[in-house]
Amino acid sequence: MEKERHVLVVFPHPDDEAFGVSGTIASHVKNGTPVTYACLTLGEMGRNMGNPLFTNRENLPEIRKKELKDAVSALGIQDLRMLGFRDKTIEFEDEKKLADLIYSLIEEVNPSLIITFYPGYSVHPDHDATGAAVVRAVSQIPAEKRPKLNCVAFSKGCVEELGEADIVNDISPVNDIKLAAIQAHRSQTQQMFKDMSEKLKNQDPQILAWLNSERFWTFKFQAPLN
Amino acid sequence: MEPVVLKTVQEKINQFANKEVYIHLETTNGAYASHHDESFFSAGAYIRNALVNYELGKITGNGPFRVGLKIQLGWVYAEGITHFEIDDQDRLLLAGHDPQGKLAVALEISLTPFT
Repeated sequence: MEKERHVLVVFPHPDDEAFGVSGTIASHVKNGTPVTYACLTLGEMGRNMGNPLFTNRENLPEIRKKELKDAVSALGIQDLRMLGFRDKTIEFEDEKKLADLIYSLIEEVNPSLIITFYPGYSVHPDHDATGAAVVRAVSQIPAEKRPKLNCVAFSKGCVEELGEADIVNDISPVNDIKLAAIQAHRSQTQQMFKDMSEKLKNQDPQILAWLNSERFWTFKFQAPLN
Repeated sequence: MEPVVLKTVQEKINQFANKEVYIHLETTNGAYASHHDESFFSAGAYIRNALVNYELGKITGNGPFRVGLKIQLGWVYAEGITHFEIDDQDRLLLAGHDPQGKLAVALEISLTPFT
């Protein structure tokens, strides 16, 4: 993994950072690279209330905020920005305002690498809208000065349309940190973690591949038309 | 939250009648429903802090329950309610959970805006 000046991670939900990218984040932190994580919402619309129920619609955000902080501390991220948007509403926000907000964050932390979702290939409308806002913000920067933009994609058919991911990080040296980050989001991952720890114990090749490698697509900006 | 106790919920609904109250109403299949099953038609609706004044409100059914509030020119309605809670802010929180505990529907009534 290349040494970066500063990494900016932009995702809409607490736990978005845990699954596909936390090993990459942990590797950068371990490398001594400062990481800023801008998390747009508190995942207020999460549906998993447990059986037995552990919370209700109104108290869930506080629980998820705490889990987010736990995950961030497990990863060693020192700069967490909670941007105060509401879960499932990102696509309805003013696109320019959202992009301007992200642009000001880019100006402030001056990242050499930004990680977000690939717009159009990330399934959840909040994911796509967040990725689109980041792309819009970065495209305002002259091409030669732009930070690298690495995107997570996982929609059906994304590989057919985007080609194979051009960045695949082996994060096995920090996979324990990744697991801790996933586990920190207890309200969302407890059930899944139960299934996973059994497979991990059995060294299930599929789960190991999923755990140890993280893939990104470098965003391809359209060349100017003239 | 605990399983609906009809009498308790009905009493609370009655207490809020003929007052300005804030309503939260949502129903959802989750953002990933169609991703996991392409044949699934996903739909949802969400309204938060609608200010209404209902003259009549009822919880009915044998469980899961239905709740209807008759407002001045129309109705507010939720189906699939399984659980309730009267929280420390004296709000009535009603929710319907599937067998895995996933929230499928919520109807909440409060004298103060939801945050």
